[in-house]
Amino acid sequence: MSTHLDPAVKGGKAPDNKEVGADRKEKTQGRLAALLITPTIVVLAIVIAYPVIDAIIMSLQQDEGLDPATGTFVAGGFAGFANYIHWLFQQCTGPGGVEVSCPPGTLGAQFWSATGVTFFFTVVTVFFETILGFWMAVIMARAFRGRSVLRAAVLVPWAIPTAVTAKLWFFIFAFDGIANTLFNTSILWTGSEGPARAAIIIADIWKTTPFMALLILAGLQMIPSDIYEAAKVDGASTWQRFRMITLPLVKPALMVAILFRVLDAMRMYDLPAIMTGGANGTTTLSILVVNQIRIGFNSAAALSTITFLIIFIVAFIFVRFLGANAVESASGGAKGKLK
Amino acid sequence: MGHKMSRMYLPLAAVAAAALALSACGGGAGGGGESGGGGGGDAAANLDGRGPITYVQGKDNSGVVRPLIEKWNAAHPDEKVTFKEQSDNADQQHDDLVKNFQAKNADYDVASVDVIWTAEFAARGWLQPLTDTMKVSTDGMLPATVKTGTYNEVLYTLPQTSDGGILYYRKDLVPTPPKTWDEMMGMCSIAKDKGIDCYAGQLAQYEGLTVNVAEAINSQGGEIIGKDGKPTVNSPEAKAGLGNLVKAYKDGNIPKQALTYQEEQGRQSFEDGKLLFLRNWPYVYNLAKTDGSSTVKDTFGIAPLPGKDGPGASSLGGHNLGVSVYSKNKATAKDFVEFMTSKESEKFYATQGSLAPVLGALYDDAELVKQLPYLPVLKTSIENAVPRPVTPFYPAVTQAIQQNSFAALQGSKTVDQALTDMESAISTAVSK
Repeated sequence: MSTHLDPAVKGGKAPDNKEVGADRKEKTQGRLAALLITPTIVVLAIVIAYPVIDAIIMSLQQDEGLDPATGTFVAGGFAGFANYIHWLFQQCTGPGGVEVSCPPGTLGAQFWSATGVTFFFTVVTVFFETILGFWMAVIMARAFRGRSVLRAAVLVPWAIPTAVTAKLWFFIFAFDGIANTLFNTSILWTGSEGPARAAIIIADIWKTTPFMALLILAGLQMIPSDIYEAAKVDGASTWQRFRMITLPLVKPALMVAILFRVLDAMRMYDLPAIMTGGANGTTTLSILVVNQIRIGFNSAAALSTITFLIIFIVAFIFVRFLGANAVESASGGAKGKLK
Repeated sequence: MGHKMSRMYLPLAAVAAAALALSACGGGAGGGGESGGGGGGDAAANLDGRGPITYVQGKDNSGVVRPLIEKWNAAHPDEKVTFKEQSDNADQQHDDLVKNFQAKNADYDVASVDVIWTAEFAARGWLQPLTDTMKVSTDGMLPATVKTGTYNEVLYTLPQTSDGGILYYRKDLVPTPPKTWDEMMGMCSIAKDKGIDCYAGQLAQYEGLTVNVAEAINSQGGEIIGKDGKPTVNSPEAKAGLGNLVKAYKDGNIPKQALTYQEEQGRQSFEDGKLLFLRNWPYVYNLAKTDGSSTVKDTFGIAPLPGKDGPGASSLGGHNLGVSVYSKNKATAKDFVEFMTSKESEKFYATQGSLAPVLGALYDDAELVKQLPYLPVLKTSIENAVPRPVTPFYPAVTQAIQQNSFAALQGSKTVDQALTDMESAISTAVSK
């Protein structure tokens, strides 16, 4: 991490140790830098800014409506924020154009429950994946015979495409599938809310823990072994070494891994789509968006914009509050011990 | 330093979040905006155009399309047809057609349209009305199949293949199959004595549930959407229909795992000898006869779905053929549609691909019946069939049916509440 930051650190410290012409040099360098990153900015603008703006413009239009006289669809026209109000306040247009609260069975009635489900999946899966991933990473970091075999084995679930994973677990959780046979139970895994959610969470943890483990392992391996040796000489116990050395030093990598996983989990689509089709309280925001696309593009655009904002806010909170703290204490601690 | 770090991460997080959110909405972008109403001008153009065309259909699993196209191409060297094969998945086929019609792609001349898509595509002005110079004959076609191609009393798609539900039963345990639902429920004691499950269909929450619920409601004389396109599902008949399923589930006549059954799980259970009655499609027939693992090879029979006092009202499956309004060669397209639905082609679908024909006469063809013994039963099924609601808002309507009827089956809603909610959900869906 610290090597990446060197230029930034230098730049930040420049005013403290002024040299002759340093300011000017920096200016020309800045211009050159701007020039060099222009292509990247342009590409990002095309692939990210354009679709986002296009989606926002689309979301301000009304879905096509049926002309009762001809039975054909006509353009809906400008809608303002009606599509957003539709989702956030669960307002649907009833017969005769009257606004009613969306009845059960419409997608509009599912926005908040889908948001809740998405957050529920995110919190639970990331929690377990972090703990299990950490545990796996600690094991993989040790030197022992067959370590490379273990590392390869751990990666297998991550290497399988999610759609295949979902189908595998779909069969495992079938009524006469392996799960019920093994535990001698007769649970309807995909037929009621609690078990359906549990099944998806288990499948997600199985699949994504290796990713977590790998990122944490990378963090672990950056910790110099002499720190541990020094701590050992000083008589620190295993638990103390873990708590005082491993944990703080691995924290930056851990936070990045958690951030990635949180963002990933918040757009979870394939596992519930294949295992339950969104039934039994497993409709996530992404599933809702895809279902809505088939019903009306413009409402779908509004919904995906809302989803985008939710994910963005979560990412922002992570970086601004959790991430910043983690980085500060970790780097401070590292510096203190290294020098 | 900490602040520097966080500033470095911020754009990273923003970009990551943006990319993730985008991947969720990618499919939607590029749609909308466009007026769907149009088509008037396009529908009048190129009516006598002749030349090469393209035929679009989902994956040709039974290998019937290519031989037919070869036959056509040999006879029409100047009006050759190119086959564009889509994926195996119905949703993907739908989305692919939507994308290309929206782009007014002239290369999608003739398309195979699932029976539930006709109304949507017609209302968007993408399908050429099969009237006037484009008029095609529907003589001899089973009336229910023609209904699936009709929107607002105008024929937009011509039936190509059909499909209907039939009742599989164990003739070793039940000598004469039940004619009515009540009769079938009465026979469930036989299953109980044998320690097997009584009845199952497709009751997991997906399109199959709409099919099964529509059958239950239509069989009792109910209706989901009326002629004027407004919901009519909150009726005593519909209540009796959905009530039948809910009561059977509560009583255990439908086993509890049946709430997770799609077509295949039910077939598996039936072939394992664990199920007395199964509602399924004709494809099960050959598998149950020939599968190595089937324990009911010689002990199962088929019958029309049980109804109120006679055969029940099956939902319809199958595909129709439609001509795009953006096609440049509509005269050729029309001829090709007629060729693909001719008696010879229909017979070829049946013998080669076990696809149910739409021509009533073929069901009485002795040679064909010998090869596909389920044809007479299937004919009764399709003759009594009611298409799933023909509405341009089908995707929203099927959601309303699935979610509310599933809640009723699970017992989290009463039948009354489910139908009230279904009615209001459908009415918000269709009043856009």
